[in-house]
Amino acid sequence: MTLVKQVGNEDLKEEINFECETGNYHTFCPISCVAWLYQKIEDSFFLVIGTKTCGYFLQNALGVMIFAEPRYAMAELEEGDISAQLSDYEELKRLCLQVKRDRNPSVIFWIGTCTTEIIKMDLEGIAPKLEVEINLPIVVARANGLDYAFTQGEDTVLAALAQRPNSKQSKNIELKTTSDENSIEHLPLILFGSIPDPVVNQLTLELKKQGIHVSGWLPSKRYTDLPLINEGNYVCGVNPYLSRTATTLMRRRKCKLIGAPFPIGPDGTRAWLEKICMVFGVEPKGLQKREDEVWEKLKYYISLIDGKSVFFMGDNLLEISLARFLIKSGMIVFEIGIPYMDKRYQGAELQLLQKTCKEKNIPIPIIIEKPDNYNQVDRIRDMRPDLVITGMAHANPLEARGINTKWSVEFTFAQIHGFTNAIDVLELVTRPLRRNQKLEKVGSQRYTDRR
Amino acid sequence: MKLAYWMYAGPAHIGTLRIASSFKNVHAIMHAPLGDDYFNVMRSMLERKRDFTAVTASVVDRHVLARGSQEKVVNNISRKDKEEKPDLVVLTPTCTSSILQEDLQNFVNRASIETQADVLLADVNHYRVNEMQAADRTLEQIVQFYIKKAKKKKELDTTKTLEPSVNIIGSFNLAFHNQHDIAELKRLMSDLNIKINSIIPEGASVQELKNLPKAWFNIVPYREIGLLTAEYLKDEFDMPFIDTTPMGVVETANCIRKIQYILNQNNLDVNFEKYIDIQTRFVSQSAWFSRSIDCQNLTGKKAIVFGDSTHAVAMTKILTREMGIHVVWAGTYCKYDKSWFQKEVGDLCDEIVITDDHNLIGDLIAKVEPAVIFGTQMERHVAKRLNIPCGVISAPVHIQNFPLSYRPFLGYEGANQIADLIYNSFTLGMEDHLLEIFGGHDTKEVLSAGLSIDSKDSQIEWNLESQAELVKIPGFIRGKIKRNTEKFAQEQKMETITLEVMYAAKEAAS
Ligand code: SF4
Repeated sequence: MTLVKQVGNEDLKEEINFECETGNYHTFCPISCVAWLYQKIEDSFFLVIGTKTCGYFLQNALGVMIFAEPRYAMAELEEGDISAQLSDYEELKRLCLQVKRDRNPSVIFWIGTCTTEIIKMDLEGIAPKLEVEINLPIVVARANGLDYAFTQGEDTVLAALAQRPNSKQSKNIELKTTSDENSIEHLPLILFGSIPDPVVNQLTLELKKQGIHVSGWLPSKRYTDLPLINEGNYVCGVNPYLSRTATTLMRRRKCKLIGAPFPIGPDGTRAWLEKICMVFGVEPKGLQKREDEVWEKLKYYISLIDGKSVFFMGDNLLEISLARFLIKSGMIVFEIGIPYMDKRYQGAELQLLQKTCKEKNIPIPIIIEKPDNYNQVDRIRDMRPDLVITGMAHANPLEARGINTKWSVEFTFAQIHGFTNAIDVLELVTRPLRRNQKLEKVGSQRYTDRR
Repeated sequence: MKLAYWMYAGPAHIGTLRIASSFKNVHAIMHAPLGDDYFNVMRSMLERKRDFTAVTASVVDRHVLARGSQEKVVNNISRKDKEEKPDLVVLTPTCTSSILQEDLQNFVNRASIETQADVLLADVNHYRVNEMQAADRTLEQIVQFYIKKAKKKKELDTTKTLEPSVNIIGSFNLAFHNQHDIAELKRLMSDLNIKINSIIPEGASVQELKNLPKAWFNIVPYREIGLLTAEYLKDEFDMPFIDTTPMGVVETANCIRKIQYILNQNNLDVNFEKYIDIQTRFVSQSAWFSRSIDCQNLTGKKAIVFGDSTHAVAMTKILTREMGIHVVWAGTYCKYDKSWFQKEVGDLCDEIVITDDHNLIGDLIAKVEPAVIFGTQMERHVAKRLNIPCGVISAPVHIQNFPLSYRPFLGYEGANQIADLIYNSFTLGMEDHLLEIFGGHDTKEVLSAGLSIDSKDSQIEWNLESQAELVKIPGFIRGKIKRNTEKFAQEQKMETITLEVMYAAKEAAS
């Protein structure tokens, strides 16, 4: 394996306490990745091959986006499809031709669901044939609720994209800005993870200041702009939930993975940049100053959360990075729930967590994989944390019991990466505290008699 | 396979969950993959519930696919039994369980040996019924189960209450203005001196279901959910039921007359005509409103109506019979209820549309160009795009359809609310129209040159990338950001605004 620096998994095991519960927790179905990916990849169309259940979820979870003529649709399976009376190939061809005619995308993504898994619909087998017949690339990702949670949906899509061989259209995109005099010669670097375009530019510029050039992003703004990925290229992730994509890039495309903490929070961003610099033999310039400046700006927010406690119920895999940033900001983390923990891919992030706890002289929080929400609510009642980061299913009931909550999904949709956006993370985290402080005069904290 | 962007009615399990979680102390366990418990989010968000939704999943994952979910389901049921001590656990199948074809009934039988709670398997098939049909069926199933149970234990008391009494079958969560409707119905019953025997399922305990036969009659305000239960009680105990929706003054009067008829049949000499008359003329404002000059202006205006069958029918009747508005077409997505729909409004509109395809509805609206639309949230958005005013009268709904203030659609107060809704939709449309004619609308272009500082003599240039970036910023703050960035650049004595400058300006400002 070509992992750039093997993380010390062995030391970690001794110090971080990992536990695994029943997996009875609330999270979004991974098909929700369609919501941000169709916006990110501007010439794409996403076809979710599933049932009314999947459609109902998307329709309600995406809210108003639905009405904006989104570039996604359900291929709703009917009884005839389940009992194999209808030919999957013919049916999919009919729908894809319709999509091609009405929307003219550059690529169609097929999102496999639980149902296509159970009836073993051979999407991977059908796609290459149909692709030729209708003359349009088809990328298959199985983002179903049987195997994955929420943001892991993006991982399945990016892993599928990473598997596609370079096409003629692939290119190295350059971000043309001021002169490149300080840039150094290095092997191509490709970053992976879907983040909003402004954040892409921000991170690219941060690297540029260190003389490092980003050859391309997976995903790119357009499918037709996918970067060239060649053997020996360096790759680095910006999101903690992309372990399959990382593995695919390493194993299939023979790229070298830079295992770094994720650029969330000023500490994470700096560590991420430093790691990349280190790999390319660059002496990082001005990062200490840059980080200090950002912390200076966060002062007001930090004064609100310093010494306060937080509990992550766990549903989107951003938890470790967020917890690490919040600890650095002075919070005490009681529990980090997380749907799935790839200790290898998140190795550097775990190490930074460990280091941060040591520095702050607090015990490392327990990490609970596949949490059990019922047990967690029990623990929350006992511990009474100052803030619970949780899904919407639990937020209102907890608020009614006098417990501050922040809706976890907002972290997935907000811009949280890089130096510039650190403030937005704390803006989100402190919002319930600021709001509830203001409401103190209204009356009671508790709005229910039930336990 | 069907290409679908939007659906009017949800999948079957949502219907079952709505019924189960409406009852007090009933727990639903979904046999479903991780992620299908989105129902909890909806209930907690839309209805702003303070309590944890009593729905959990027995998660179907790879492991279950390989080995079957028997132990898991049984364990999950008995775990919930101990943790929450519910009266009833409803095992809820989903689209996934429909194709796994496991013998869920068998799991239920096994689990119920160990549990204190009763355990039921919801009798719904994902591929055969939708949300509403499933809810209707589940309610009937639960009622039947407790009636039979009481019978078996010889606890069933069918003697009628001394005073006239009624069961209201039709209060549930995630329904359109339901809480307010039920409050209004209660008020109506108390005006008529009729005691409420039971209101099901919202807030009811399953223990009280055995008392249902004690009521003199049943009322089913919405025909989508509750009719099966009312029919069952009629077959079993000869209980009469009223399925006239008291929406609008005419139908409310009809409903009251039916109540009067039932009471008369039971040798009770009541006459509600006076009550109806006073309510119509003095308490409700809507009848007088229809007479007033304002409403005259609405005569013959073109409207279209779409929604579930209950609301679309009632609305069509109100528009045509109570306001003199021309309904060009009325339609419903409750396809299974087609013949009833035709019978009710066949004479009241030019055309009837039965479909659950929102694209077709959109096209039909565009074709007719009505002055106003009464429909669901989907029609509201179509209306927005076409610049036609729209009143929302039926599910599917958004959070704004769960108002905090009192907004019934039923009864005499409901008639007032509806009159306001109709009138406001029209005047808004009219005002808008007049503004257009007289060119009174604000310009939508925010990024006017005059807004940026010293724009004329400013030397500051935006390079291509920063221009592209600027365009992406939502219109309502774009101007501000442009000004701030230029100011920043000026202070820093820069001449060109690049992406870097933009972000630096953002950081400096934050
Ligand atoms: S969990 Fe499975 S069935 Fe449910 S919405 Fe997701 S893919 Fe569809």
